[in-house]
Amino acid sequence: MNIHVADGDIGNRTLAIVGELKSLEGPLLPILHAIQAEFGYVPQESLAVIARELNLSRAEVHGVVTFYHDYRDHPTGRHVLKLCRAEACQSMGGDEIAERIKTLLGIDFHQTTLDGAVTLEPIFCLGLCACAPAAMLDGELHGRLDTASVAELVAEARR
Amino acid sequence: MTVTVFIPRDAAALAVGADKVANAIAAEIERRGLDARIVRNGSRGMFWLEPLVEIRTDHGRIAYGPVRPSDVTGLFDADFLAGGAHPLCLGPTQDIPFLRQQTRLTFARCGVTDPLSLEDYRHYAGLQGLEKAIAMAPAEIVAEVTESGLRGRGGAGFPTGIKWKTVADAKADQKYIVCNADEGDSGTFADRMIMEGDPFVLIEGMAIAGIATGATRGYVYTRSEYPHAIAAMEAAIAIARKAGILGPSVLGSAYAFDMEVRSGAGAYVCGEETSLLNSLEGKRGVVRAKPPLPALQGFLGQPTVVNNVMSLASVPIILDRGAAFYRDFGMGRSRGTIPIQIAGNVKHGGLYETAFGLSLGEIVDHIGGGTASGRPVKAVQVGGPLGAYFPRALFDTPFDYEAFAAKDGLIGHAGIVVFDDTVDMLKQARFAMEFCAVESCGKCTPCRIGSTRGVETADKIARGLEPEKNRALLADLCNTMKFGSLCALGGFTPYPVLSAMTHFPDDFKPAPIAQAAE
Repeated sequence: MNIHVADGDIGNRTLAIVGELKSLEGPLLPILHAIQAEFGYVPQESLAVIARELNLSRAEVHGVVTFYHDYRDHPTGRHVLKLCRAEACQSMGGDEIAERIKTLLGIDFHQTTLDGAVTLEPIFCLGLCACAPAAMLDGELHGRLDTASVAELVAEARR
Repeated sequence: MTVTVFIPRDAAALAVGADKVANAIAAEIERRGLDARIVRNGSRGMFWLEPLVEIRTDHGRIAYGPVRPSDVTGLFDADFLAGGAHPLCLGPTQDIPFLRQQTRLTFARCGVTDPLSLEDYRHYAGLQGLEKAIAMAPAEIVAEVTESGLRGRGGAGFPTGIKWKTVADAKADQKYIVCNADEGDSGTFADRMIMEGDPFVLIEGMAIAGIATGATRGYVYTRSEYPHAIAAMEAAIAIARKAGILGPSVLGSAYAFDMEVRSGAGAYVCGEETSLLNSLEGKRGVVRAKPPLPALQGFLGQPTVVNNVMSLASVPIILDRGAAFYRDFGMGRSRGTIPIQIAGNVKHGGLYETAFGLSLGEIVDHIGGGTASGRPVKAVQVGGPLGAYFPRALFDTPFDYEAFAAKDGLIGHAGIVVFDDTVDMLKQARFAMEFCAVESCGKCTPCRIGSTRGVETADKIARGLEPEKNRALLADLCNTMKFGSLCALGGFTPYPVLSAMTHFPDDFKPAPIAQAAE
């Protein structure tokens, strides 16, 4: 979700999100989730605001953001396709499915297609291990993937 | 009379088209002007049959599956709302062998009820455990759980009652119940199924744990990869709060307990309890050294029970039916039931709750029905990415904590991933190291550096570079990681690697083609 907002807006909206969540016990992850939901990624401009409001150093906030795989420092394509890479999906031909998707999209993991339509990300387990191989397209789940359904999935993501 | 149609809303059912089937059925009910309502239940755990549609009839529930949207018109033509005959008809749900042979204690309601209906929950014996707990002294609750023999279902198998006693005896103004729902192991989905299919049982279990230990706040820490489970838990918590199950007076008693859901952010290591606590506090999910035990200094430095979803969801039935009832199931020191999750390349994949003690072979060959591909089973990985690979030669191993440990393996969260004979075990060993390198929290050297060196060494073996020397090196590295790592991530990564080397030595011999290419 490629959302472009002016820098000043980012600061103000970050401040509003932090204000809403800072009273939680251990508020940083909920705040970062809310910020990523708002902007599609965690902007650098947000970090200083979060640090100031939570009385943390910027280094501490940066350390947390970079520890977790979920938080991105740049926007994604319009759609995000997450493909499971874990063992149960491997046992059902997940590696071949991954190669097929990469070929169809013309990109590798962690990349976005040139038209900005799709970002491909690896994920380790969606809990659909008895319906492998599995993927998630913008929060919608897809199991029992095969060559035919993968082509449909990619076409859907391209739209 | 209104006919009730059950169509699962479990994430795995959704992944294979349950919403589309539900829409098609709703449209057909409307078009034909029929008197029927749709309930979106949890899954029965027979995933090869999903989407599994059930009809409630006078003689029990009748199952149809796997249903595709294009089957729906035909089902109505066959009068399936009255249990009519159709090629997809599986007969009474209870009589499907996979379900009939199970002992469903923790999963008694999963797939049976509307997950967000408190009325359903009460109708199927829900809240009886909590009501009994309120009438008992906290120490009696702890004793009951201890006597039941319940051990931590997250993998470590630590006695739940003893953990609770430590927290109950600790003096503090604020104590916490933290539910570890960070179910990151490939091949496991039991926690997800309960959170989506019977969320009230987890709430009830946590409230009982709170009363028993004097904790008034609870957190369910789950994975961002489980958006449907998060939504179901949050909805259930709101309902429970409104009904007075959570809040300043639990079911009208003098006990207070409330809880909320927290989402992780894609770090596997946060399934380790101390890393989870750091993450919950908003820090990097780095592992803490123990002691101090989380039971004494856990979340925000306060006494904290950290229990797995399965452990907490097993508590209500223990309180309701008594410790002896639960303890009578199982073998040796592994008491009660275990929800085995059969996954990967398997014909009948799903959740199978049973008493401890079935052999691995029975689970894979008889219950699972062998591979989905129809090829021979070569290896099964038990216990997630940190679990050992078992060859057919060890299929007589009984499913029990101690028996698996004796064979250099672990039960973990009871997930089993089946592989057919096309699997390359050197590749799987390399993946275990690679996964550890990606997910290591970086705190201790054996895990952080060892995993990367492990990947390199596995690559050398694959390329046929001094294979004998590198195999010895890999085994030595595993030894260092096993005994030198701070937590189970670095400490258990050697299990898949060493078991692959031990049981499948042929896969670790240099490939002639690779040699020629050198």
